[in-house]
Amino acid sequence: MSNSHSHGPGQSHSHGPGGEAHTHDAHDAHDVSKHVRTYIFVFVALLFGTVLTVGMYYVHIPSVAWTIIIALFIATVKAFLVAGFFMHLISEKKTIYAVLAATVFFFAGMMYLIIWGRGEVPRGTRYIEGSNKELPVDVRR
Amino acid sequence: MDIPYTVKPRPDTGLFNAKVGIWLFLASEVMLFGGLFSSYIFLRVGADHAAWPHGLLNIPIGTFNTAVLITSSVTVVLAWAALKMGNFKKFRLFQSVTILCALGFLGIKSFEYKDKFTHYEVWKKDGTRLTGHIDGSPWFWETKTLQEKGIEKLKFLPDAHHYAAPKIEHAGASSGEHGAHAAIEIPVSEIKRLSAFVPSHSTYFGIYFTLTALHALHVFGGALVIAFLWGPGAKMWRTEPERFTNRIEVSGLFWHFVDLVWIFLFPVLYLL
Repeated sequence: MSNSHSHGPGQSHSHGPGGEAHTHDAHDAHDVSKHVRTYIFVFVALLFGTVLTVGMYYVHIPSVAWTIIIALFIATVKAFLVAGFFMHLISEKKTIYAVLAATVFFFAGMMYLIIWGRGEVPRGTRYIEGSNKELPVDVRR
Repeated sequence: MDIPYTVKPRPDTGLFNAKVGIWLFLASEVMLFGGLFSSYIFLRVGADHAAWPHGLLNIPIGTFNTAVLITSSVTVVLAWAALKMGNFKKFRLFQSVTILCALGFLGIKSFEYKDKFTHYEVWKKDGTRLTGHIDGSPWFWETKTLQEKGIEKLKFLPDAHHYAAPKIEHAGASSGEHGAHAAIEIPVSEIKRLSAFVPSHSTYFGIYFTLTALHALHVFGGALVIAFLWGPGAKMWRTEPERFTNRIEVSGLFWHFVDLVWIFLFPVLYLL
């Protein structure tokens, strides 16, 4: 992304690395028009990612782990495209990165607590084997 | 009294205030959805594999809805770019597409919900289970509805396949949907439980409806804001164009977040 369209007179968009406050409106508009092509490209990439995700579903992968990894990997790439380009995160101000860093920290902590909690089964817990395994039988037979 | 830094960047943050505000709000939203996603993971890994339904959601419709939301996301950013270039007409055009996409998404989601509210599972006393539709496609019936209505035999159109039965994997999204057989009659005395695919049906539908309904509320809320700024709120363009552009940017950031959540919801709920 190029430098700039931050702040036309009084304007405060900060979408260029650094986002200096000296650009003027014409420069701003020119810069935005360049970004429009990027937005269209990202849009096509997102649609492609969606088709790919669904396509992978129909291609049978024997490993459950790999199925999950591939689906979440494509979703993560798509999320980066949306956050990076549509939300302009690839060139934002430090304040926003700081907010996001805190979010990532607490989000990871929450996920970790969940996994940790799963390992900490209270003493005396009993699992009833087969309690959920009633398989359906065709009712007309 | 003028609100400070609605247009000019605040010297310490380098941003106009609303932008800091929306990012703090989005951070809290990440925690809200993150908590529910972690609940999903917990429920999923703790569930018996056979008990976790597969193939009950309509994948082509889900895919189409994903495309609708992605389209709305690009039109939001293009609308903002149009304002930055001073083109108000283009802004209006792009945002009307956004609003149509939002309504389309909600309409399709409602259709999917309706499909679930009229799709049933019957647990019989002999331990067998089957899914399908009740004759007349009533909504929200449960076991006690049968007694209340004094029904002795339930006229049922079973699906060709039950989601928990072994089958050729990935046979298609419609396996649990419409491969219906001819109608059968099940004596109510043989029925242990009857439930539509509603949140109380199972943990799967519990978390499915929680996540998707919360997401749909976000779509609705975002669409309201975008529609306001498209309609009466657009007056500001004439008096304070830069401030108005900033408003569009902030509402757009929320909209992209909603899109982002769906990018994860779709594969997790429909495909995995």
